[in-house]
Amino acid sequence: AFFWLVSLLLSSLIWFIAVKASDPRDEPLQKGLLIFGVMFSVLLQEAFRFLYYKLLRKAIEGLVALSEDGCSPISIQQMAYVAGVGFGLMSGAFSMINLLADALGPGTVGIHGDSQLYFLTSAFMTMVLIFLHTFWGILFFHGCENRRWWEIAAVVVMHLAVSGSTFCNPFYVGSLVPSYLLMAIAAVWAYMLSGGSAQNLRRFLLCKS
Amino acid sequence: MITFMNNSDSEDEPCNERTSLMSAESPPVPSYQDGLQASETREAQTHRKRQTGSSRSPNNVADEDASDSDVRVRESALENEEEELTLKYGAKHVIMLFVPVTLCMIVVVATIKSVRFYTEKNGQLIYTPFSEDTPSVGQRLLNSVLNTIIMISVIVVMTVFLVVLYKYRCYKFIHGWLILSSFMLLFLFTYIYLGEVLKTYNVAMDYPTVILIIWNFGAVGMICIHWKGPLQLQQAYLIMISALMALVFIKYLPEWSAWVILGAISIYDLIAVLCPKGPLRMLVETAQERNEPIFPALIYSSAMIWTVGMAKPDMAAKGQSQQTWDAEDGRENHSSTSHLDSQILDTSSPAPSHPIALEEMEEEERGVKLGLGDFIFYSVLVGKAAATPSGDWNTTLACFVAILIGLCLTLLLLAVFKKALPALPISITFGLIFYFSTDNLVRPFMDTLASHQLYI
Repeated sequence: AFFWLVSLLLSSLIWFIAVKASDPRDEPLQKGLLIFGVMFSVLLQEAFRFLYYKLLRKAIEGLVALSEDGCSPISIQQMAYVAGVGFGLMSGAFSMINLLADALGPGTVGIHGDSQLYFLTSAFMTMVLIFLHTFWGILFFHGCENRRWWEIAAVVVMHLAVSGSTFCNPFYVGSLVPSYLLMAIAAVWAYMLSGGSAQNLRRFLLCKS
Repeated sequence: MITFMNNSDSEDEPCNERTSLMSAESPPVPSYQDGLQASETREAQTHRKRQTGSSRSPNNVADEDASDSDVRVRESALENEEEELTLKYGAKHVIMLFVPVTLCMIVVVATIKSVRFYTEKNGQLIYTPFSEDTPSVGQRLLNSVLNTIIMISVIVVMTVFLVVLYKYRCYKFIHGWLILSSFMLLFLFTYIYLGEVLKTYNVAMDYPTVILIIWNFGAVGMICIHWKGPLQLQQAYLIMISALMALVFIKYLPEWSAWVILGAISIYDLIAVLCPKGPLRMLVETAQERNEPIFPALIYSSAMIWTVGMAKPDMAAKGQSQQTWDAEDGRENHSSTSHLDSQILDTSSPAPSHPIALEEMEEEERGVKLGLGDFIFYSVLVGKAAATPSGDWNTTLACFVAILIGLCLTLLLLAVFKKALPALPISITFGLIFYFSTDNLVRPFMDTLASHQLYI
């Protein structure tokens, strides 16, 4: 969570400087700057995920060296999951909390001609992002562990795609549907990487021992 | 240029003495002094700890912290075993401190966001006499710096006074002072708080009910804090009085002065705890020399020893295990724990009848202690972040995360250095950095993103 926060800080610093340095009345430029800010932020988030991976790697080595039986009490997969959840929660919290606070107050959604589904779609989008961050954490760390660069690249591309699809808002079909599809793909992929399989799933669902 | 003072002035005097006491007490975050114990107890302990260490289910965050510190520890290969156990303990105690700090912050933020009273400007304390309603920025800055200087010097004077009293064993005076200030906190401030909350929610309450509630709350609080009581109740009361004190600060400190004071007090904390002649270091060392606890009203402790209650009935039979406990107790550097906790009995634990249970229960004794001043200033920072006129929750959340990470790092350093450390500097620095940057940089970015419904 802290790492995500720092990445957000740096990316907003860059965006802020860019905005201050540019002409506030030029609409397309502002929009362009915003798009640039979003993309840059995505790349920075992934960079920080990588840094976090490096830090945890060192930590695991230390833990293994100190432990009694030569294996660390927490595995890299668990750390990947936790890192993903941390990123996701922070991202979700920052996206949603002001919205929730305003939702407690009086008002009508979309009275000025914006979409009436603003709150609903925001909620769904936030949820999909939190899940995606969790899955990306697992995929990313797995890719780093096994030196599969294409996995890492896939995560980055997916993140960019999801953020990019939100540019279609308020045309919600364009953003929510692809995001959920990507989430399903990432979920299945992460599940496979974590050792799951169709048999495991069936056994779990049918409550066989 | 003294501004108008409302009639809560007189009550602030002892309150601020209390405050300065508590903030003065912020540094003692003493740790398990494992490395300093004598060797004959070491085996017994390490054996016991290993049992609990391996049976403890790993907590993700806790172990991350443990793992972070491990990197540095690897260099000192000699203390391998000690370090490992210390770190495993350290990780658990990080969590034990997260919960009360979080609770205190939640109470403060919830109150600030809902009760209007604490964000209205109704005068200032006499400790910050310079007003900030000046037309020019330079003048305002100057006033806030002057306010800070006055406040910090008041705190320094109070701390030195307390240390002098302690050195010359004027215990009665100190106890009387503490009792008076906690009395005032528990009764008066709670009454005001209750009144404001009832006003906000427009709930009517008659005086007899109020008297009954406040009397019971205050009386139980006094007993719990200064005498004996269940550990969790004592912790709850300490959290509540920290929150009340933080709310008072948030209300009565002007904007810029508050931030400068926060910065200055973390520097003061650093100096007072680490310099050899620093008052707080002398306080902790004197307490350790005399094997006495630091006053219970000033420190939050996350665990306690249960043993003394069991020791009374059957000293002879306990024999060897008692010896172990005593030896360890004597050498434990924060042996103040023993005296303090000897006054607190855990009523829920029945006295065990055999030594093994005694040893197992001793696991709990190594709690971590955090001064109440730390709670207060953390909550002041988060509360001020929540009280910003823009009403942004992201800032509050960012400061909260920053403070918790700072606390983690401090506890990490504690596990490495094993002596009393100041808990304020790292957290407050992170908190300040994140507050200013989130408020000025992240907020416009996130607002723009939210208005276009873009997600990053």
